[in-house]
Amino acid sequence: MIDEMKNDVVIKAEKLSLTFETNDGPVHALKDVDLTIKKGEFVSFIGPSGCGKTTFLRVLADLEQPTGGSVTVNGMTPREARLKRAYGFVFQAAGLYPWRTIAGNIKLPLEIMGVPRSEHDARVKEVLELVHLTGFENKFPWQLSGGMQQRASIARALSFHADILLMDEPFGALDEIVRDHLNEQLLELWARTNKTIGFVTHSIPEAAYLSTKIVVMSPRPGRVTEVIETTLPRERPLEIRETQEFLNLSNRIRDALRAGHDDA
Amino acid sequence: MSGFRKNVWPVLVVVAVIIALWYAFAVVLNSNWAYDKAKRGGYELTFTELVADTWTQKKPRLPTPDQIGEELWKSTGARIIKKWDRTEGKPFWERIAKVAGDPRNLLRHVWLTLSATMLGFVFGTGLGILLAVGIVHNKAMNNSVMPWVITSQTIPILALAPMIIVVLNSIGVSGLVPKSIISAYLSFFPVVVGMVKGLRSPDAMQLDQMRTWSGNKSQVFWKLRLPSSVPYLFTSLKIGVAASLVGAIVGELTISQNGGLGARMLQGSYVGTTILIWAALIAAATLAAVLVSIVGQTETVVKKRMGFVK
Amino acid sequence: MMLVIAALFVWAIGWGINIWIARQKPGRWQSIVSAAIFGITLILMWELIVRGLEVSPVILPPPSMIFHAFVTNKMTLLLDFYQTFVWGALTGYAIGCSAAFLTALAIDRSDFLKRGLLPVGNFVAALPIIGMAPILVMWFGFGWESKAAVVVIMIFFPMLVNTVQGLSATDSIQNDMMRTYSATYWQSMFKMRLIAAAPFIFNGLKISSTLALIGAIVAEFFGSPIFGMGFRISTGAGRLELDLVWAEIVVAAIAGSAFYGLVALGERAATFWHPSMRKQR
Repeated sequence: MIDEMKNDVVIKAEKLSLTFETNDGPVHALKDVDLTIKKGEFVSFIGPSGCGKTTFLRVLADLEQPTGGSVTVNGMTPREARLKRAYGFVFQAAGLYPWRTIAGNIKLPLEIMGVPRSEHDARVKEVLELVHLTGFENKFPWQLSGGMQQRASIARALSFHADILLMDEPFGALDEIVRDHLNEQLLELWARTNKTIGFVTHSIPEAAYLSTKIVVMSPRPGRVTEVIETTLPRERPLEIRETQEFLNLSNRIRDALRAGHDDA
Repeated sequence: MSGFRKNVWPVLVVVAVIIALWYAFAVVLNSNWAYDKAKRGGYELTFTELVADTWTQKKPRLPTPDQIGEELWKSTGARIIKKWDRTEGKPFWERIAKVAGDPRNLLRHVWLTLSATMLGFVFGTGLGILLAVGIVHNKAMNNSVMPWVITSQTIPILALAPMIIVVLNSIGVSGLVPKSIISAYLSFFPVVVGMVKGLRSPDAMQLDQMRTWSGNKSQVFWKLRLPSSVPYLFTSLKIGVAASLVGAIVGELTISQNGGLGARMLQGSYVGTTILIWAALIAAATLAAVLVSIVGQTETVVKKRMGFVK
Repeated sequence: MMLVIAALFVWAIGWGINIWIARQKPGRWQSIVSAAIFGITLILMWELIVRGLEVSPVILPPPSMIFHAFVTNKMTLLLDFYQTFVWGALTGYAIGCSAAFLTALAIDRSDFLKRGLLPVGNFVAALPIIGMAPILVMWFGFGWESKAAVVVIMIFFPMLVNTVQGLSATDSIQNDMMRTYSATYWQSMFKMRLIAAAPFIFNGLKISSTLALIGAIVAEFFGSPIFGMGFRISTGAGRLELDLVWAEIVVAAIAGSAFYGLVALGERAATFWHPSMRKQR
């Protein structure tokens, strides 16, 4: 039983700390963060700016080095996990290369990782279909709207079949209507692929709508103040956001955020 | 301390490496002459002797930095002291005049080049700004003149220098003016291009804002366009002042009897004294660095006053 | 006097047409036509005023005379062009640009070298390097080699500074992205950084294209075989053969802008994706 649970754990952080040395003295971006994420979970990180939610995600991706504690991704160090290409990362901005077409952008990680060329077109087709961008293969990124660019960037993160998807405020720069639409599509994609998703956001409804687990964080020092398990069913139409259950969940998140704010 | 290690230290190391390479190249480039001399004298050169010889030749192919430094002192400070001592007993002003008029003093040539550069730079910049204002306000002028201004940036207008000097000389204009004309037209074009960009830099929102206040054309110009163009102007001025100096020097190459740094370089190349050329070159480089940094400092101060930088 | 009045008349007509054109709907050809009319007007006025005031050809020859000199001295001009442009400027350009590019790649991995070389490079780029010409002529002789050498040292630092800047043009998201893919140094260099650097590299190539011709011509003022564009300009000016000098300047102008234009065309093809180029597509 215990063994089985262990196999299920994808990400495990223990007493994880990260301190930046700046001219104004040390900044505790993360302090003693304990967190376990299991396979197939959709985990949102929410909190005010400076609470370390993005830093935590970047530590998982081996983009920042922790200064204390330990963290494993698929049982490996983040560095090993990165070299094994264990995760796809979606940044705040789409970060597509303007000189490559959408198909070319999706092929980029495949070229770097040495996926045989014969497979490229099939992969492009597969992931573009997942993000509903079929038919845009030969467009350049700058010929697409912001929402479409972000979808292409998600497709690119999916193209090499990593089990984990790390997303750093991927829809932060988009307008509300596009955002709703992409949230719905992201849930659908998660249901179809059964990936483990880590999702940084500063929107309460977004966190409540998407996640199975919401990690509420607070700043100075950056730490986890509460972990909320969702009460919503896995199947979530957009209308679920008008139910009492959803509102209760949102209120719980809001209260947790406020509590973290008060003692800061 | 950390700023020093991060920014100044690497530059010092690079400069030190360049100087070391310089001495090494001096050995390589001057060795032929040393070997020849040894052969004629019928003696063998040890490595130390070779190095010592290559670093102290009278007419080396590549003089060492210390030889150039020595020449710089001999042709500036040492000459002033010499002239001053020689005119002992004469009235004070006469002595000053003698020192200032010394044709073999490098500083005098620096002054000649500098004055031609500044005269040309001021005129070139002034005319450039005027033309830019015209181009921005007159569509016909923009359509017809601007493409030629841009094209002129791609052609070697410096090639006109000898002709301008000769022609002006033949109609009796000589001295400072011909050099300044070359300086002026070299600084003119960058200033036009930069100023047109700068005067057009206010965005649609800022211009619309002016419209909502019903500002007239001259108000828009003085209160919006001209202040917004300042950063662009300084960028052009830095290019322009360096170009002006090059113009003056190339002008002096063509008509060397009036003196100036270009004339010194030419003189050095005629008599085959590289040390002379290098000294003039270092003087020109220093002059360029000083001029550009004066413009740069002014830029920092003006931009700070105007609130472009924090 | 009649000719001078005619010149003023030509000016009035040309300017009138341009004002009329400026009032029309803006179109693609508007500026080109306008610029052409302005150019033609200037040349006509030049011709008419020089003839009308009977300016001596040793001061300013009329355009027709320059054209005549151009046609009758075709072979001389071609030889000069070949010597100065193809041998002096182009060889120097190729050597200087590739040397600067390779140096930029070589110092890319060392932050220390970049910190040290960039300020030095920026400083040197503002110096009157053309003054090195007499020294290089003494070292490399009167042939094209010394001209190429002048070109190399003139363009090395502007090109180096631009390339180094270009190699740091990728933003942090693009760099992090490459890291999440565990890309190697050379993978991220070839698949991302060199391409992102293209606008800067081409900027360096454009600046260098102008400097190359200037360097090659001015270096010839210090010593050259008895041909070459700079030789012809300086001796022609001395002998008051101004029509030939002007013809040579016309060649220099055409060569200079054609060279620049070619580099700009290459830039447009290589950086079609850059925001500054997209409008033109």
